[in-house]
Amino acid sequence: MPDKPDRNAIEVVNVSKIFGSGEGQVAALDTVSVSIRENEFFTLLGPSGCGKTTLLRLIAGFDFPTAGEILLYGQDIAPLPPFKRPVNTVFQSYALFPHMTVADNIGFGLEMLGKPKAEIKARVAEMLKLVKMEALAGRRTSQISGGQQQRVALARALAPQPKVLLLDEPLSALDYKLRKEMQIELKRLQHETGITFIFVTHDQEEALTMSDRIAVMSSGKILQVGSPWDIYDKPAERFVADFIGETNFLTAAISEMANGKARATLKSGATIEATVAQSFQPKPNATVVVRPEHAKLTKAKGELSGTVENIVYFGTDTHIHVHLDSGELFTVRQQNTRSAGCGFEKGDAVGILIGSDAAQVLKD
Amino acid sequence: MATAEEVAKAAERRDVRDRWLLSAPALLVIFLAATGPLLIVLVYSFLTPGSYGDVKWQFSPEAWISVFLERDIFDDTLSIAAAHVTIFLRSIKLSVVTTIATLVLGFPTAYFMATRSEKTRDLWLFLITIPFWTNLLIRTFAVLQIIRNEGIINTILLKLGIISAPIQILYTDTAILIGMAYVYLPLMVLPIYASMEKLDFRLVEAGYDLYASRFQVLRRIIFPLVKPGVIAGSILVFIPALGAYVTPSVLGGGKNMMLSNLIELQFGQGRNWPLGSALSIAVMIIVMVALLAYVRNAGRSGVRHG
Repeated sequence: MPDKPDRNAIEVVNVSKIFGSGEGQVAALDTVSVSIRENEFFTLLGPSGCGKTTLLRLIAGFDFPTAGEILLYGQDIAPLPPFKRPVNTVFQSYALFPHMTVADNIGFGLEMLGKPKAEIKARVAEMLKLVKMEALAGRRTSQISGGQQQRVALARALAPQPKVLLLDEPLSALDYKLRKEMQIELKRLQHETGITFIFVTHDQEEALTMSDRIAVMSSGKILQVGSPWDIYDKPAERFVADFIGETNFLTAAISEMANGKARATLKSGATIEATVAQSFQPKPNATVVVRPEHAKLTKAKGELSGTVENIVYFGTDTHIHVHLDSGELFTVRQQNTRSAGCGFEKGDAVGILIGSDAAQVLKD
Repeated sequence: MATAEEVAKAAERRDVRDRWLLSAPALLVIFLAATGPLLIVLVYSFLTPGSYGDVKWQFSPEAWISVFLERDIFDDTLSIAAAHVTIFLRSIKLSVVTTIATLVLGFPTAYFMATRSEKTRDLWLFLITIPFWTNLLIRTFAVLQIIRNEGIINTILLKLGIISAPIQILYTDTAILIGMAYVYLPLMVLPIYASMEKLDFRLVEAGYDLYASRFQVLRRIIFPLVKPGVIAGSILVFIPALGAYVTPSVLGGGKNMMLSNLIELQFGQGRNWPLGSALSIAVMIIVMVALLAYVRNAGRSGVRHG
């Protein structure tokens, strides 16, 4: 992203969180380090139980790390209680106060900070306008819809102007259409307020469309941090490649590494060019990944050959599953047109073309 | 042929009739055991006392006059019955203080229980109900053993040399208060716990997140949300406390009477059944008025909070 200053809002330094004790102890976070820049839309992405929510709760102050430091603009906040941190949270369940009106909910943080009444009133009005809820200010939170509750939760967390806003899967309870709408809304809010957002989700699509940077987490560790493009196109590890989008895994022998490129000899005997990390040690049994949309199916000869096993129509595109002659499975995604079918049928002998920039060698 | 609407109506009628039939035994018992005697008491309160207890079937408002007033033996002038007023006020005061004391003790207890893990919660709930296994009289005597001059508290304090003479707790209002607070505490804890258990503790986290201190979270979030439990608990403690009989007679020693003891006296040694009846009805009216005022007040402040 352009124009992002390089100041860090949050620095997580070697943080571990262990729940329980003795035999039953579980490491929810295992020496995690990550820096989150000012004004950034940063996403923690991973399956449930990967530790992303734990990390968020440590930053919010609901739990305290077993080891390590959490710095907010250079100051260690790990020992502070949540009500002393200039950080607010949008909860997965929204956690709106049911005995208060929409306006009282939004003003609660400011009231607790001891702001004067007039200022609270003005700020609440401003927030209501920001999330387009002016008409419902006097309603009880039980009398508004899920999407509206979501907006109130956002306004409530933004009202005290926190340095960092934490969002714990805030869109997971909404239906598909509303979720899409709120994704755009969230981006707009982040842009307008200029507040650093830390967003937790298990939805890779959500992460890719909204984030400036993504940290992919698994079993209490951060596997890769990078822009959505980095994460999708240059997955460093098998887990990242597998978790984000669909991917074909091919076994290949790697040789002739130079300038971030290498020659990969596939099981079929064909060689393709693949991008590779500088630190990679050439080995005969590496894994190469190719995204389904970066390969092309042909009736002529290709780098790979096989038989069409299944054709799945998705509306925008068609997935064609090919059983390779080497025994592996390979999926090709083909953009649909209105007039013609996909051009292949079950049982067809086909070749697969892999472009010079389509393959990536995995670290492990 | 019956239309669907007619069939539905008939089914509904049958349903209503069945419900009445099923609840008939309970209604009968409630009427015979509660409403019936109450009506008798109401009638008695307007009759003339008999010489050996009992009543003479002769109308007289005298019993109702005597609830708060006293007729001079010589010139028939009326004056405030100081003894009755004192007992009324003491009963109300002790009941209010008991309610507050059980609330102050019971609220943190309920909070503690509700914040335990699900398994240990049941254990605590079980422990709270243990006192109910024993007869009220026995429990009251147990309290007496603890607070009497030769009891545990005084013995220990004397042995430690903190006091040189036993503190007179027994047979004072304090003794009645301790006894009642002990006896009625579970009635306060249980409804508050029931409300607290349903409380979404993520709201508490949200409060902390929005800069509320622990006290502010308690006052602004937890308390308003468990208020139904607090109201129920207060009612459950206040009503039986106002009508307490065993505790004040054992721990108050007959000197510090409460309303029930006064009423009992009229039916016993006093041989004034109509006065006893009038006092009983008066207590009921007080309870009803107090309840209405309390519930209405609590409800209104709830609206203001939200």
